[in-house]
Amino acid sequence: MSAVAPATVDPADPWIPRSYRVTRRTSESPDTATLEVVPSEGALPAFRPGQFNMLYAFGVGEIAVSLSGDPADRSRFVHTVRTVGAVSGAIAALPAGAVLGLRGPFGTPWPLEEARGRDIILIAGGLGLAPLRPAIHEVLGHRERYRRVVILVGMRNPNDILYRHELERWRSTLDVELEVTVDRADAGWHGHVGVVPSLIPRTSFDPAHAIAMICGPEIMMRFTAQALEGVGVALERIYVSMERNMKCAIGLCGHCQFGPLFVCRDGPVMRMDRIAKIFAVREI
Amino acid sequence: MAGLERILLEHPFFRGLDAAAGSLIVGCARNVVFEPGRYMCREGEPADEFYLLREGTVALEIAAPGRAPSVFLTLGEGEIVGVSWLTPPYRWSFDARAVDRVRALGLDARCLRAKCEADHDLGYELMKRCLALLTRRLHATRLQMLDVYARPAV
Repeated sequence: MSAVAPATVDPADPWIPRSYRVTRRTSESPDTATLEVVPSEGALPAFRPGQFNMLYAFGVGEIAVSLSGDPADRSRFVHTVRTVGAVSGAIAALPAGAVLGLRGPFGTPWPLEEARGRDIILIAGGLGLAPLRPAIHEVLGHRERYRRVVILVGMRNPNDILYRHELERWRSTLDVELEVTVDRADAGWHGHVGVVPSLIPRTSFDPAHAIAMICGPEIMMRFTAQALEGVGVALERIYVSMERNMKCAIGLCGHCQFGPLFVCRDGPVMRMDRIAKIFAVREI
Repeated sequence: MAGLERILLEHPFFRGLDAAAGSLIVGCARNVVFEPGRYMCREGEPADEFYLLREGTVALEIAAPGRAPSVFLTLGEGEIVGVSWLTPPYRWSFDARAVDRVRALGLDARCLRAKCEADHDLGYELMKRCLALLTRRLHATRLQMLDVYARPAV
């Protein structure tokens, strides 16, 4: 039932973490850091935009973290981690030179092949920009494959804007429409204020043929999908990246069960028409 | 069709309105321009005009004593500023500042209210459009209030 066939998982034994070393740590905000990691030995597996790795802080625990780097860069994995608990805090704090365990990549990718020849709308909310960032890199790296490219980003406030310099660079690209909005700001901010779905009617794309990819808090994705549907984008052309508590990452343990699906195996990228009924069930 | 009437009927807020209604409404309209930093309205002042934005960005603000004004919404081309003209006491409930050069159609609220009272079909049509706008903004405000990008509670 997954929207996109899962990509081939690299590890011979997906249960065994491989040793990776942090080569660079960039502080994005007081509670969020971006880590660049390379294998301690052997080659770096390929990944597809939208996939995730399981990162293991030795002696603390393991969590799923989306890949957020450029898929064309085969020298390292990039992960942006926000401190929300003990494991994410331990991983986000790892300095350059530290070693961690890593399994993956796992999961379904964004449907970039299907988007070829179409308008593509990439909509991120908050840290949801991280899982969409590889897709943005891929799209901008092969700009000729797509028609209109629209990137909409919602953040809490101007201080929380992730990958600010990259957003500025992308925005300066003449054949990309990129808008950033924040939920609240003072008069010193000259950009948009308001929720990210409110940007949708202000952008120009062909709703009858566009493909939309959304990543952010679940409620933001729900409202955004409704807004897209409101301007004429069919649910079968809206994709979201789901988030659940993942443990095994290969569809065995059931921790990330989402109705009849497992987010680790059938997602995280899922097609909206296939999950719309489950999406609306509060207990799931 | 005269220029002002054409502009009015092409604005998304009035799109699809019949020409007769357009002719009635355009009698209340004028072109206005606000330079960057100028306030189009201030909280508490009479809401005697509302604006159909044609160009530029407007920041809606709420001022609090001792603090910088807080911007809660920005509006651009194709949107409207103000619904306070619809209901008593007809006073603005926020400040609206031109972020950059703003061109708009200003609609005289007294004139429009009088026409709506005299022609309830026109009034109902306007109310439907305003209600749809208010519903969208209320919906967006709810999402904004949820603060969905805040750090989750552990």
